[in-house]
Amino acid sequence: MKNIVSVSPHITSPVTTRRIMLDVLIALAPALIASVILFGFRALLVTLVCVAFAVLGEWGFEKICRRPSTAGDLSAAVTGVILAFNLPVGIPLWQAAFGALVATVVVKQLFGGIGQNFANPAATARVIMLVAFAGPMTDFTSKVGGIVGSNVDAMSSATVLSRMSAGGALPKLTDLLLGNQTGCIGETCVVALVLGGIYLMARGVITWHAPAAFIGTVFVFTLLLGGQPVYQICSGGLMLGAFFMATDYTTTPPTTSGRFLFGLGCGLLTVLIRTWGNYAEGVSFSILLMNILTPYITKWTIHKPVGGVKA
Amino acid sequence: MSFLRMTGVHIPHYKNTADCVPVRLPVPDVVTIPMSMHIGAPARAVVKAGDKVKVGQLIGEPGGFVSAPVHSSVSGTVKRVGSLLVSSGNQVQSVVIETDKKQEVWEGIAPPQVTDLQSFLDAVRASGAVGLGGAGFPTSVKLSVKDLSRIEAVIINGAECEPYITSDTRTMLDDADYIMQGIEYLQKYLQAKRIIVAIESNKPGCIKLYKERCAGRQGIEVHKLPSTYPQGGEKVLIYNTTGRIVPEGKLPIDAGAIVINCTTLAFIAKYIETGMPLVEKCVTVDGSAIQKPCNVIAPIGTPLRSLLQFCEVEDEPVKLLYGGPMMGIAVPDPDQPVLKNTNAITALDEKDAVPPEPTACIKCGRCVAHCPMRLMPAMIENAYNHKNDEALEQLKVNLCMECGCCSYVCPAKRHLVMVNKLAKGRLRKYQAAKKAEAERKAAAAEEAKAK
Repeated sequence: MKNIVSVSPHITSPVTTRRIMLDVLIALAPALIASVILFGFRALLVTLVCVAFAVLGEWGFEKICRRPSTAGDLSAAVTGVILAFNLPVGIPLWQAAFGALVATVVVKQLFGGIGQNFANPAATARVIMLVAFAGPMTDFTSKVGGIVGSNVDAMSSATVLSRMSAGGALPKLTDLLLGNQTGCIGETCVVALVLGGIYLMARGVITWHAPAAFIGTVFVFTLLLGGQPVYQICSGGLMLGAFFMATDYTTTPPTTSGRFLFGLGCGLLTVLIRTWGNYAEGVSFSILLMNILTPYITKWTIHKPVGGVKA
Repeated sequence: MSFLRMTGVHIPHYKNTADCVPVRLPVPDVVTIPMSMHIGAPARAVVKAGDKVKVGQLIGEPGGFVSAPVHSSVSGTVKRVGSLLVSSGNQVQSVVIETDKKQEVWEGIAPPQVTDLQSFLDAVRASGAVGLGGAGFPTSVKLSVKDLSRIEAVIINGAECEPYITSDTRTMLDDADYIMQGIEYLQKYLQAKRIIVAIESNKPGCIKLYKERCAGRQGIEVHKLPSTYPQGGEKVLIYNTTGRIVPEGKLPIDAGAIVINCTTLAFIAKYIETGMPLVEKCVTVDGSAIQKPCNVIAPIGTPLRSLLQFCEVEDEPVKLLYGGPMMGIAVPDPDQPVLKNTNAITALDEKDAVPPEPTACIKCGRCVAHCPMRLMPAMIENAYNHKNDEALEQLKVNLCMECGCCSYVCPAKRHLVMVNKLAKGRLRKYQAAKKAEAERKAAAAEEAKAK
């Protein structure tokens, strides 16, 4: 091999798509460990099934379409984990597998694969499952076998959000932070999710704009409505959504101001849905709605080049 | 506009040769001196095969106002005057000289008489000086400002933000007297009220030296720049030192600034003292394929192969660059010569030389976040792929300085700089066609009116 000639630059940063996705998986690890402790090994099983079928869907579809395989870039694995985190631990495994296939094949690959989908695959798959399997998807009462002796009363009843809607008694705040609350596999342990979010920011994978705007808006808006802001931000899928779904590259704006607006919109919609909507939970819906607005937000927040004169 | 940050990227510095005092290269057997080592009209060769030439003798006269003379860097005999395929892909008239190794100095070398602005500019022009930071713009043209009161600040560019390169650092350390003398000329003849010596924070030795040298002197300040790439880019440098923005399609002087590379300035002062024109360059030889990196002083026209041999490189490197790895130009063969604006030769081994395969854009926004000009490279690529000229015009791809930050940070390793270059060409064609169409319509309307 002699004398290669190419266009500058001749060096690139060590950051690759695969490395970014690996960082996201690392950031999701604390929440996965927490879920096993809280919900038992079935949480791990559901996660593995989701990951396996998400990757299978990606690989198989590309195989059929004779496209270069992108299963190795780990993005499908990330989708699988995030989807699993959005499911109740008692979900039948075939339903979890179905959801994972929907996420990578229908939502991602049919629109052109990585970088081309307009909606968050995990959030969309979750909403589809919510409609298709309404019962199992909202059933948080199934017998759970956490490794530590968890508060059975808190774990086996309605979610904090639905109790808040109904005006029931609230659990202790420490239970919320540690994840000792009813909910989906990966969304309950606030501490683990925040830890993952901090890791991603420290690694430069995500910026603070969308999560801060998302969580901040929910907090302030709830406060204005006279609700329980701390409980609102620590319950449901908010932390998972804010750090891991509202920061998805493809379906959110690339500009920092755009990301801030995206988070703001997600926060407003979440509180609106939670307060006045039919569902106790609104994070997935709000992220999906904002996904649709993403091209417009990008257009509004396009950078003005330095020294640029209007054409 | 104080909120604006011209960001750029953090890249490894690799300043391995910062402490390497330049060593003089043995005179090569043959030098090849192209007549176009600057932006603008090529010089015209004034020698022919068989002529005897000496060091410093004029061998090419300027081919226009925006041009520069070319001098022989060696003593010897002109072997031929012919065309040479250079790394830009153009054929350039070049003078090939067989050296006699005596390095006899031409009899006509004498310090120029510099008494006022005109004689100063004449001297700069006669010296053959061009922007030695890499751009190669004729310095005399840059300094020919009709209304001197427009010059609010002259910035001495000592940023040297590219990895590996330390030749400017060496000039700043070794030729500080010449740089200070040059600053005096700028104050005296250009009446520069404010001189800013801008140095990146990764050269604390230079900063300390110039703080000492400039202490107590009127109108000179030392500006410590952050060590992020591309601090040495003209527009970035002007913004970071003066807060001024050079508008689209305008020159730095329209923002009240002139930027001059520290090595160019040192050379001008040296020329005024000795009368020896630009015939040799300090060149950093480094890169992953170089085991013994060093700074060498080489006659202009020296084949790059000689520099590599001097640094004991046995195999031909897989990739050879004029300049640093961020903006350097790949050289098709190691027999290409050292040019006036060659400040470094970067040789890369196979691991670094093969560009990684691009994968799909994941819209992460890194290119958008790191573009110092605040362009949107991912959107430009999209517009280019869709042949959307209007979008390219709106996205201002013409403002791209090709610094390489976008390609560097891209996790999908997309060739964003290449697309920007292609998109610029496309946009130029589109705008020319649009202009021609408008003129045609105006002419037709005029004609209709006349009827």
